Amino acid sequence: MEALFATTTGILAASGLYLALRGRTFPVVVGLTLLSYAVNLFLFSTGGLTTDGAAVISDGAGKYADPLPQALVLTAIVIGFAMTAFSVILAMRVRGDVGSDHVNGNRVDEPREDKS
Amino acid sequence: MSLLLIVLLPLLGSLLPLLGSNQRRHQCALLTAVMPLIALLVTLRETPGVLAGDVPRLAFSWVPALGLDLALRLDGLSLLFVLLILGIGLLIILYARHYLAEADNMPRFYAYLMLFMTSMLGIVMADNLILLWMFWELTSLSSFLLIGFWSHQSAARKGARMALAVTGMGGLALLAGFILIGQIVGSFDMQTVLDSRDVILADPRYLPALLLVLLGAFTKSAQFPFQFWLPQAMAAPTPVSAFLHSATMVKAGVFLLARLHPALAGSQEWLYLVSLTGLVTMLFGAYFALIKLDLKTILAYSTVSHLGLITMLFGLNSQMAVVAGIFHILNHATFKAALFMTAGIIDHECGTRDIRKLKGLWRYMPMTTALATITAAAMAGFPLLNGFLSKEMMLAETLETPLLGGLAWLIPALATIGSILAAAYSLRYVRNTFFDGKPRELEKTPHEAPFPMRLPVLVLAIVCIIVGLFPAFIATGLLTAAANAALTMPAPELHLSIWHGFNLPLLMSAIALVGGLMVYVLRQHLFTFHRQFPSRDSLAIFEGAVQRLVRFTQWSIDTLENGSLQRYMLWVVISALVVSGMSLMGIETLKGELAIQEADPLLIVGAAITCFAGLATAFLHRRRLISLIMLSVVGLMASLAFARFSAPDLALTQLAVEVVTVILLMLALFFLPQKTPKESSASRIVRDVLMAAGFGGVVASLNYALLTRPLNSISDYFLEHSVPGGGGHNVVNVILVDFRGFDTLGEITVLCIAGIGIYKLLNRLRLFMPSSDSEGRPWSPDRYPMILASVSQSLLPMALLVSVFIFLRGHNAPGGGFIAGLVTAVALILMYIAHGVEWAQQRLSFQYQPIAVAGVAIAALTGVGSWVFGYPFLTSAFGHFHIPLIGDVELATAMLFDLGVYLTVVGATLMILANLGKVTTSHRPSKQKEKA
Repeated sequence: MEALFATTTGILAASGLYLALRGRTFPVVVGLTLLSYAVNLFLFSTGGLTTDGAAVISDGAGKYADPLPQALVLTAIVIGFAMTAFSVILAMRVRGDVGSDHVNGNRVDEPREDKS
Repeated sequence: MSLLLIVLLPLLGSLLPLLGSNQRRHQCALLTAVMPLIALLVTLRETPGVLAGDVPRLAFSWVPALGLDLALRLDGLSLLFVLLILGIGLLIILYARHYLAEADNMPRFYAYLMLFMTSMLGIVMADNLILLWMFWELTSLSSFLLIGFWSHQSAARKGARMALAVTGMGGLALLAGFILIGQIVGSFDMQTVLDSRDVILADPRYLPALLLVLLGAFTKSAQFPFQFWLPQAMAAPTPVSAFLHSATMVKAGVFLLARLHPALAGSQEWLYLVSLTGLVTMLFGAYFALIKLDLKTILAYSTVSHLGLITMLFGLNSQMAVVAGIFHILNHATFKAALFMTAGIIDHECGTRDIRKLKGLWRYMPMTTALATITAAAMAGFPLLNGFLSKEMMLAETLETPLLGGLAWLIPALATIGSILAAAYSLRYVRNTFFDGKPRELEKTPHEAPFPMRLPVLVLAIVCIIVGLFPAFIATGLLTAAANAALTMPAPELHLSIWHGFNLPLLMSAIALVGGLMVYVLRQHLFTFHRQFPSRDSLAIFEGAVQRLVRFTQWSIDTLENGSLQRYMLWVVISALVVSGMSLMGIETLKGELAIQEADPLLIVGAAITCFAGLATAFLHRRRLISLIMLSVVGLMASLAFARFSAPDLALTQLAVEVVTVILLMLALFFLPQKTPKESSASRIVRDVLMAAGFGGVVASLNYALLTRPLNSISDYFLEHSVPGGGGHNVVNVILVDFRGFDTLGEITVLCIAGIGIYKLLNRLRLFMPSSDSEGRPWSPDRYPMILASVSQSLLPMALLVSVFIFLRGHNAPGGGFIAGLVTAVALILMYIAHGVEWAQQRLSFQYQPIAVAGVAIAALTGVGSWVFGYPFLTSAFGHFHIPLIGDVELATAMLFDLGVYLTVVGATLMILANLGKVTTSHRPSKQKEKA
């Protein structure tokens, strides 16, 4: 199960990064979102993978899931949304002002391979 | 206390001249002189005690964490320098009063001068290395102001900049050296450092520390190869040169050598580095002093030469040599300050300093001639004057040195050559200026300068003579006290006298004077010889180097920061890969000792779907809508994963956020190109795939390694204290609103700021609105689907009720402000989608920005509220509420905080989406008009 979980996180991270390295804004934003899912899953798993753990303190409960990573990830999800929103709207603004959706801010909206 | 006065009075004095005005120059000069005069009197009152062997010290703790104390001391060495600085400083104030022209801003000049005086006093009296360094840098800064005082002249600006660059760079090296010494010794306290010589010399860090300190001292004292800034600094007004470049600023370097002599000297490294640098500088400076044509440049090179002499003496690791060095500091300060002032008088009265034009000035200014002759003779080392004594001591010391072993005779021989050159340039300075025919091509007829301008020179010349005639009576006490401070053991007994009998040093002195005369007579041959060399302008070379440095920096910036986001991303990823890859290689096995849990079929299917959707998002990215749908599948699966692994709060949050994110991205996609053009080259794709695969591999390995290792979590604390300490059974929520409430406050603030930022980004945004999709199919003309409209409307109260329910139970069951806020936001957004922005805005006629801001404010005020009851920020209370008529109710203040979170989430989310939605409508009416 651990290997499965880790592999999934890795594949999500790889896909996210590949998209984040693209040259157009929308795939980059999608990539960052995907990357943040991977990171959230990763962070969440640092508390261990608990099956059927209790989420709420009660007398009869057996083992509890680690609450700390959950609290961290909960805010991370919301902040991740804010980040996605900001970057995608920045991308829209750039397209409006510059006329191109290339991340390097190329003014002319035509294919260009940047030198690097 | 009096120690503090000596430093602070001149500092106060730097403000006083600003009270005066340029018109009333007497008053301005008098105002300036008051404070240093008092400081001098205070010093003189301390003098008998210091000469008797007391070392008054004073310390206030300043920044204890850095080992920085405001600590001052007045030992013999400090005393000698304080007397020099204040004494010559007062003479300079008098001289400058008559030197400065009407157009010069006198108050500003005096203010700079006093600032410089303060920093110089600080250097010599500092009892803490860091404090010393601070004053050291202050001298660099204030000398920059003084050298560049005539800022309308290009030469002054460039000279000042060069002096600042060289001495400032040396200052930074000095700081590094001091920090190393401080680490070796464990303290920056001067006395502790001076007492720890054995520790310092034995430490492997001794050599780097020594090199750095010497770099600082040599740049300041214009030692070879850093001598070039001093002649360029001659663009300064002459009083500045007379003060900075004879008695003070350049002496700071040799002062430092004397000050740290007890701590750093005695090693072979010190012997060779310091004495050879000094020797080379002495010869170099003396040669150029003989060649140059400008009076002040001649004096500048002679200063370089004399500083080299002093440096060499400090380097010889001999006690008597240190005494001789200190003695020469004193003597050089007196005759060189006087000579600079005569050069200033000549410049002032003749309008030129070119030695070729000046001749026979004795007819016009007899007194200046006499004074210049006396002081130049002192510089040449003529008997019965002070320069003779210290120079003879120097020659005697070079005979004793073990330096260079079998070639040790070279040192006295070279020192004698230096003295010959000194005698020659001194003779040239006097004879070519004041005698040897009549002046030619002078712009004005020279006459004697006003007496107050000659008075300081007179005073210094008298000092030269008195010290020369009665050395034992005048100088012994001060010298012994100063040498005691610069030596680890009591200074050797001094026998200062003019006549020591016929001996080798006397012979060398005689050779120097006779040889100087001969060199002077034959100087034309030397000049002819020198003309063969191409002339090198150090200013041009320096400026060229600065320009090259600037160009290199510009080139580096342009290369590194080329505006390509892709490249920045690549470098960030590569660094992350390297760092985490290295640490992964550091662990022995990937799998830890924890037992592996069995995977059930459902989980395998879930993981497969997630992986497929993730990969599809990446591979289909050029078809953006499909990519987005795949992304939403990943989000949904993540939500299920949270639910599967006992995190209901996360599952709810992820689900709600997922909905909002996809709506947002769909809306944004409407305004962006529907497809990504094919533009990445094959090699680029291979590179990115490799990077991504490497990154994914590292992430997966890290995750696996982490999951299979036992966990040492601090969560037990939260589990234990959640109910008794936070009054809530849902630990996640209690952590968010109570234990780590401050973090949450920060996070909702970020959310709110992001919302406001987006609001501003969307302001006046004009975007092209496509009327058809990428395939060319027109968008559906049906504005809003009927079914969705009616269902959403009936769902709204239910959804709001659910969100209130989730909010209220959040403290004890899965839920809370974040989730409730998202649910509310989703319900409201559904109204926008179903009915359009205009419809929704008519009914929801309020702004969302104030809601988000109010949310943050409520959360912050809840935190502040605990101050009122005397608790730290954000301390929560629960169960202590008595509401009249209803009775005791168990309520936590955390609930109020959570309300703030709720409002921020609702406000920010709607601020983002509703404002984005508005962009779609703002164009529509005009579009319809176009159609019509």
